[in-house]
Amino acid sequence: MLAKRLIPCLDVRDGKVVKGVQFRNHEIIGDIVPLAQRYAEAGADELVFYDITASSDGRVVDKSWVQRIAEVIDIPFCVAGGIKTVADAGKILEMGADKISVNSPALSRPDLINELNYHFGQQCVVVGIDSFFDVVSGQYQVYQFTGDESRTQKTRWLTRDWVSEVLQRGAGEIVLNCMNQDGVRQGYDIAQLKSIRDLCTVPLIASGGAGAIAHFSDVFTLADVDGALAASVFHKGIIEIAQLKAQLIAAGISIRP
Amino acid sequence: MQLVIVDTGCANISSVYFAFKRLGVDASISRDGKVIKAADKVLLPGVGTAHNAMAKLQQAELIDTLQQLQQPLLGICLGMQMLTAHSMEGDVPCLNLIPSEVLPMQSAGLRLPHMGWNTLHSISEHPLMHGFSVIDYVYFVHSFAVAPDAYSLAQCHYGNDFAAVIGKDNVAGAQFHPERSGKTGARLLQNFLEWQL
Repeated sequence: MLAKRLIPCLDVRDGKVVKGVQFRNHEIIGDIVPLAQRYAEAGADELVFYDITASSDGRVVDKSWVQRIAEVIDIPFCVAGGIKTVADAGKILEMGADKISVNSPALSRPDLINELNYHFGQQCVVVGIDSFFDVVSGQYQVYQFTGDESRTQKTRWLTRDWVSEVLQRGAGEIVLNCMNQDGVRQGYDIAQLKSIRDLCTVPLIASGGAGAIAHFSDVFTLADVDGALAASVFHKGIIEIAQLKAQLIAAGISIRP
Repeated sequence: MQLVIVDTGCANISSVYFAFKRLGVDASISRDGKVIKAADKVLLPGVGTAHNAMAKLQQAELIDTLQQLQQPLLGICLGMQMLTAHSMEGDVPCLNLIPSEVLPMQSAGLRLPHMGWNTLHSISEHPLMHGFSVIDYVYFVHSFAVAPDAYSLAQCHYGNDFAAVIGKDNVAGAQFHPERSGKTGARLLQNFLEWQL
């Protein structure tokens, strides 16, 4: 039976792993390669690396760390951040990444999704979506350039509409980051994930809000997501992956031991 | 031992190269027919679409070379699909080393692509499957598959059964990604290195 995936997310800035709260105040967690290796050995099913500076300050970022990860890691990993063209994506895939994830550049130029699908196949193309619940309008809205607080902006897209758009353009997987929940460890945004699940015909990964083991079992059982992404609970040692997996298995959730 | 990874120009070549390096084997990556013919073992990687991948093999004039190999040949993911007679992905003839056909997955309503870790069943006694059991998980990413037939060495279930590993004579292929399947995947690659015809 296909297992639900547990995915530690490593936010990368200048070759170091960092983590902020609600996308701000980033603190350095450690070096990428040993952290990646530690997670793979601890039982992570997949890793995601977000180069969070890349899209927002418009420069070409040194991605040589991708190859260093590919050399030591024997589980799949995805690289996100600053991928604006087919050539950018091709380089990262050649260095050994299994998937590439696009977010802000896809909002700026949605054809990028079609182009990546055509050149690398649907299975390589992940679309990350930063979704914020606007209390005034009562709507979930898509945000762009969230790696840099000073440039973060609301887009014209409602989250549901953008999900439909990226599916139609050939996305192979969606990572839905619920910004209101990010880094505060109060649980995944089950209501939003459930509503997106209904229209998402490809794998859906929950992101933002994991703080306790119960949050993972909730998001798998209540929102039927394919994977759950988390950062701070793993980096800070609040949850050990082995213990998390054992409890999810005991709860009857399909998990790779 | 000389292992050659066929340079298909697709994306997972370095992952496959590093996976063998972790097993202590420094593979060559080549699209030179002479180098491939002279290898002890040949690996055919592949990510992308069958149509593009077959076109690349044709451009590099490698179709005959691969069809005439006598030494062990292992295809991975799309590389496995290219070993068959035909793929419905782009309706393209393949290498026809194993007379199976690649069809769109019949997932009985389950989401596609089939992406993630899944278990194997109906595991054969083939040397490539040595040490595998039904509790082992391997990593899949695909939307097309080979239906179980006489050449299936192991199957996987996702809505319906499909062939996870296929083999005939000196040729075999894995639909999953052994280079990304942890210790279980490494076992398949090690079995391939040890495979004596």
